[in-house]
Amino acid sequence: MQDNDWQPDAEIRVLRLRAGMNAGIRAFFAERGVLEVETPVLSHAATTDPNLDSFCSHYQGPGAPTDTPLYLHTSPEFPMKRLLAAGMGPIYQICKVFRNGEAGRFHNPEFTLLEWYRPGYTHRELMVEMQDLLQALGLLKGEEGIPMLSYAALFRTYANLDPHRDTVQTLHERARELAISVPDSMQNRLDEASRDAYLDLILTHHIEPALHATEFLFVYDYPASQAALARIRNDEIPVAERFELYCRGIELANGFHELTDAREQARRFARDLSLREARGQSIPPMDHRLIAALQAGIPPCAGVAVGLDRLCMILANVNHINATLTFSFNSA
Amino acid sequence: MATYSTSEFKNGLKIMLDNDPYSIVENEFVKPGKGQAFNRVKVKNLKTGRVIDRTFKSGETVEAADVMDTEMQFLYNDGEYWHFMHPTTFEQIAADQNAVGDTVKWLKEQDTCLVTLWNGQPISVSPPNFVELKVVETDPGVRGDTSGGGGKPATLETGAVVRVPLFIEIGEVLKVDTRTGEYVSRVKE
Repeated sequence: MQDNDWQPDAEIRVLRLRAGMNAGIRAFFAERGVLEVETPVLSHAATTDPNLDSFCSHYQGPGAPTDTPLYLHTSPEFPMKRLLAAGMGPIYQICKVFRNGEAGRFHNPEFTLLEWYRPGYTHRELMVEMQDLLQALGLLKGEEGIPMLSYAALFRTYANLDPHRDTVQTLHERARELAISVPDSMQNRLDEASRDAYLDLILTHHIEPALHATEFLFVYDYPASQAALARIRNDEIPVAERFELYCRGIELANGFHELTDAREQARRFARDLSLREARGQSIPPMDHRLIAALQAGIPPCAGVAVGLDRLCMILANVNHINATLTFSFNSA
Repeated sequence: MATYSTSEFKNGLKIMLDNDPYSIVENEFVKPGKGQAFNRVKVKNLKTGRVIDRTFKSGETVEAADVMDTEMQFLYNDGEYWHFMHPTTFEQIAADQNAVGDTVKWLKEQDTCLVTLWNGQPISVSPPNFVELKVVETDPGVRGDTSGGGGKPATLETGAVVRVPLFIEIGEVLKVDTRTGEYVSRVKE
């Protein structure tokens, strides 16, 4: 171990900007009457999302059976929705979340989310509030609103594709035409089950880099297969009422018009778990308490999660997430 | 055969792709928030030197390449092969024109070079960062002329041509940076 191994990763300048950002966020919500809450990081349940891997630890008692597995949350969503069911009204939280297997220029396995929920808002109204927050933090130049593109319009404009209607074969051919290296395991898999993988490939390798010149952009109406916990709107082509905020091609925030139907949520959790099983992934326990809260009833609402480390990267003008962290995971 | 998973990818890792040995020169973890994770890598073909882009789905595995870099001493060139010897085991290997490539213009007997071996066979040779070579051909300079920029070309004993200051004469030994091909200084014999 070298002598300098104990040093922080972020410069003092960045840590000051980060503290200012946190203060600005708290002032924004205090002014609007949104209540700050803290929900547990540890839970008996975990996310079922096949693309997420939760950390697990074991409790040794008293008060619970020995070796009780407890999972570190990948987002505070589940307990925050239970608070909404209890009639809490608009709430927000700034907390650390944990995702195993994610590290890189924009990823640290332990990172910070700002997550907030607005009963009575649709995802569109929440996009407006998101914009107001960026304005309050001094990130928006000029008077114009942040441009918005539907997922379909995004793919049409940047890749000349219809992400909902084009066949997976077409997606594969377009990827090749765009000089995207298609991973071996995807080469011969042109069935519907591979659609999202191809969309993610084209999105990350071609569309996101093309967005480097765009300061801020909202993308909304995602494919129904990528709905996660968002409502699905049954248009001619069903779409998920989900939006994301991009800054220069980097994902900053993910928001939903929240699913409130307990049966549909349980169905999605079960479907996720079979997919995990089919892929040989671990099967964590699904959150029955969330389902019970949905059964009791949560008000129609919209929620959004913002990656605060990445927001800090923009404020501080640095190009690696480690430069915003006191200590990145390898030096913690 | 040993394999690596994408979670083990890092710069310098030697892997097999399309039956050739490659080294990872850049590794980017790419993941949409609620989507599939990929590793976007730039890899360098250790036989041809060409760098290409490849994408792997998170969790895919690749075959490890049996590639080693070893310091070896250049012995001699027999017209077809360049012969190198390991300084402690005295093991000798013969590298062909392809493997030696551009390095041939810097090779002087006894110099220590970095030889890249794939399955025990030499596929590339890197010269030392600095070499000391004698000037065999150059226009006469004006003695004492240390002024003026530009310089003049000089041919060294290995055949390399380097730009040198005007005062350099035939027979002088020069220190050259092989990474830039530039004259560094004169060497006192």
